[in-house]
Amino acid sequence: MARIEIEEARCKGCGLCTIACSRQLLVLSERINYQGYTPAQITDQEKCTGCALCAEICPDLAIVVFR
Amino acid sequence: MQQVFKRPVSLKDVQTHFCPGCHHGTIHRLVAEALDEYGVQQRTIGVASVGCSVFLYGYFDIDVVEAPHGRAAAVATGVKRARPDSFVFTYQGDGDLAAIGTAEIIHAANRGEDICVIFVNNTTYGMTGGQMAPTTLVGQKTSTSPYGRNQSKDGAPIRMAELLAQLKGVAFSARVAVNSPKNLMDAKKQIKKAFRYQVEGKGFSFIEALSACPTNWGMNPLQANERVGSEMTDYFKLGVFKNVENL
Ligand SMILES: Cc1ncc(C[n+]2csc(CCOP(=O)(O)OP(=O)(O)O)c2C)c(N)n1
Ligand code: SF4
Repeated sequence: MARIEIEEARCKGCGLCTIACSRQLLVLSERINYQGYTPAQITDQEKCTGCALCAEICPDLAIVVFR
Repeated sequence: MQQVFKRPVSLKDVQTHFCPGCHHGTIHRLVAEALDEYGVQQRTIGVASVGCSVFLYGYFDIDVVEAPHGRAAAVATGVKRARPDSFVFTYQGDGDLAAIGTAEIIHAANRGEDICVIFVNNTTYGMTGGQMAPTTLVGQKTSTSPYGRNQSKDGAPIRMAELLAQLKGVAFSARVAVNSPKNLMDAKKQIKKAFRYQVEGKGFSFIEALSACPTNWGMNPLQANERVGSEMTDYFKLGVFKNVENL
């Protein structure tokens, strides 16, 4: 069991996590956050292994990982 | 469940001003993790440069001195000599270190000052709007090379990590990138190694970190990230160019 939390307000929608995720679970949403960016979101929390690659590559420390 | 990924304590819990997809944020974090690893936060004095990383003092929870453009290695020399017990690192861009600050970095390295230098190479002057830097790749269009860098007129891009590795005073020199999980994990390792040199009082260490500047490259963050892993690493090879103590 693993879980990630994306701090939406912090996300700048760069999308680097979408290419780092080993299971391609991350996509950019269509919502616009208060900074004006479209934040990342996880499509299927159940499939997350907690490898933390998304958090490692995030330049904005917007992702926390629990495992 | 436990939290397995945390912000390093040496980094303040604030949002940065960096553009989306800029690697400065990632490199900041890796430097902060290395400070945490050696427990030197309380005795660290960072030396900031002029460029997009100018707000070092706002992002790191350490003492920071702001150096005039290009002079960070000279300022760090003074800081370390006046306070030999402190842990001193500079954080400089390529416009700062490899253009206006060439004399300072070469002589600090040659003297073998006991400091660490983090050199962020994004092949351009980010803060001022993307002018050509000594590291701009041949053919790369910038605001001051609108037809692309011309090697016969502008010279070839300088490879600082290799150049400094030739100096006797340099103990450690490596080039890293943070564009992929694999490169990022290696970057962590090399930054920690570089810091270990100073922690053990073993001399001057240099890290060149390749970095994306989507804004001034006219690319989106994913394209810019991809450029780091292709065009940039083709010319600026990743690796360790010197490691005198084999740490
Ligand atoms: C003495 C002096 N000359 C010029 C400038 C203008 N200037 C500010 S930042 C900069 C270049 C920064 O580029 P770089 O070091 O590559 O850092 P980046 O912004 O790309 O991270 C220049 C030329 C200045 N501030 N001071
Ligand atoms: S201009 Fe370039 S170097 Fe500066 S913050 Fe933006 S992406 Fe980063």
